[in-house]
Amino acid sequence: MISVKNLKKSFDNKPILKGISCQFERGQTSMIIGQTGSGKTVFLKCLLGLHIHDEGEIQFNKKKIELMDESEKMDLKSSIGTVFQGSALFDSMTIEENVMFPLKMFTNMPFDEMLDRVNLVLNRVELENSNHKMPSEASGGMQKRVAIARAIVNDPNYLFCDEPNSGLDPKTAIVIDNLIKEITEEYNITTIINSHDMNSVMEIGEKIIFLKNGVLEWQGSKKNIFKTDNQSITDFVYSSELYKKVRKMYLNS
Amino acid sequence: MTFLHNIGLYIIMLQKMFHKPTKWKVMKELILKDTEDTVVNSLGIISFVSFFIGGVITIQLALSTTGSFYPNYLVGYATRETIILEFAPTIISIIMAGKVGSFITSSIGSMRVTEQIDALEVMGINSINYLVFPKVIALLLYPFLISIAMFLGILGGMAACVYGGYSTMSDFIEGIQTDFIPFHMTYAFLKTFVFAFILATVPSFHGYYMKGGALEVGKASTKSFIWTCVTIVVFNFLITQMLLG
Repeated sequence: MISVKNLKKSFDNKPILKGISCQFERGQTSMIIGQTGSGKTVFLKCLLGLHIHDEGEIQFNKKKIELMDESEKMDLKSSIGTVFQGSALFDSMTIEENVMFPLKMFTNMPFDEMLDRVNLVLNRVELENSNHKMPSEASGGMQKRVAIARAIVNDPNYLFCDEPNSGLDPKTAIVIDNLIKEITEEYNITTIINSHDMNSVMEIGEKIIFLKNGVLEWQGSKKNIFKTDNQSITDFVYSSELYKKVRKMYLNS
Repeated sequence: MTFLHNIGLYIIMLQKMFHKPTKWKVMKELILKDTEDTVVNSLGIISFVSFFIGGVITIQLALSTTGSFYPNYLVGYATRETIILEFAPTIISIIMAGKVGSFITSSIGSMRVTEQIDALEVMGINSINYLVFPKVIALLLYPFLISIAMFLGILGGMAACVYGGYSTMSDFIEGIQTDFIPFHMTYAFLKTFVFAFILATVPSFHGYYMKGGALEVGKASTKSFIWTCVTIVVFNFLITQMLLG
């Protein structure tokens, strides 16, 4: 479980996060949504430790990261898997080497054992026989799947995904979404997804957090989204005609 | 102000380079790969440039020292001094700033743009140690490259001199051996080590701290080349003043 209390972050005296408090549960897929510039990425990067927050606290399993020493932070980081927006695969390595990388860095497994583990997760993301391809030879969807495989190869407790299906066609996007949801349940991990793809939100979002101008404007489940009368989130979610109709149908039923 | 800020940031980068070292098993592979990228893959261009520039230096020296006033061995002597003291360590380093420096900046810069550095950091890896330290170690072999440049520069000079009819082989060899000061080799290799460190760290700094997209990677490479050259030239002056002045 991840707990965030009154998180604040500014850049050059410009406040980006203005006191965010929320919780992310284990085994649940939580989605952070909001318009571009709402502070989603900064929030995610604060959780990942890529930005140091100015005020507030972040707890991973009831342990405040502000009070952790270096070795505790290292342990925590090795239990986090991350899928970046652009996949962030190491382009000088093959798919197999990319997925093996966290094992090489953080375990003393013999090569054969590492290879077995790599093949297991590559099978899990349906990428059998792609071991020796370079990332540049893989399609966008394949790259995302490799990134997911790399993120879960170390059996993480937490999975962070920054816009995991950006740049993908709708069909592949659904495959990636479902894969993340299945992995979250299968490995019982805390998954946080940063997205502004409403299809993903409706498909896999168990808990939804809506940010607007650095403030947590609304949180709830995807069912609550249909019922809420919060103007900000309805303006955001139902900006397309399709979703307006979907909502109307849902409310009428 | 930005200049001072960057110097401070560069010093912090150097400090961070020695923190949280990467696992030796992984580091060994990185060092070998960087040795291939920076040193081994530069052998061809360095050999080619050294041989021909050595020849050009000798021809120019021979043409400006004709007449009975000058001893016959002077061309060989002047070629040796020029190549060992300045051409091989400094000019080759400036060429390397273009070849290796821009490669380092663009490869690290691309990793920054595509969030690969963030991926390393998120995993708890000291990305500066992972990316910069192996390049520093790999470039410890840089003096080997410079010694090849010295040898081929003088060889090219000798070929141009003898086959161009400017002097005889024995006169040229006599010139190479005349008044040889071993300390000049120490001086040349000492500054080569300093330049190797500059070649590894200044381009890394420009790549690591760049912001923006693909266009900025190109801009960072150009900036890195300029600053690497400036730093090499300034340190060349300081070291020369300290050791020979």
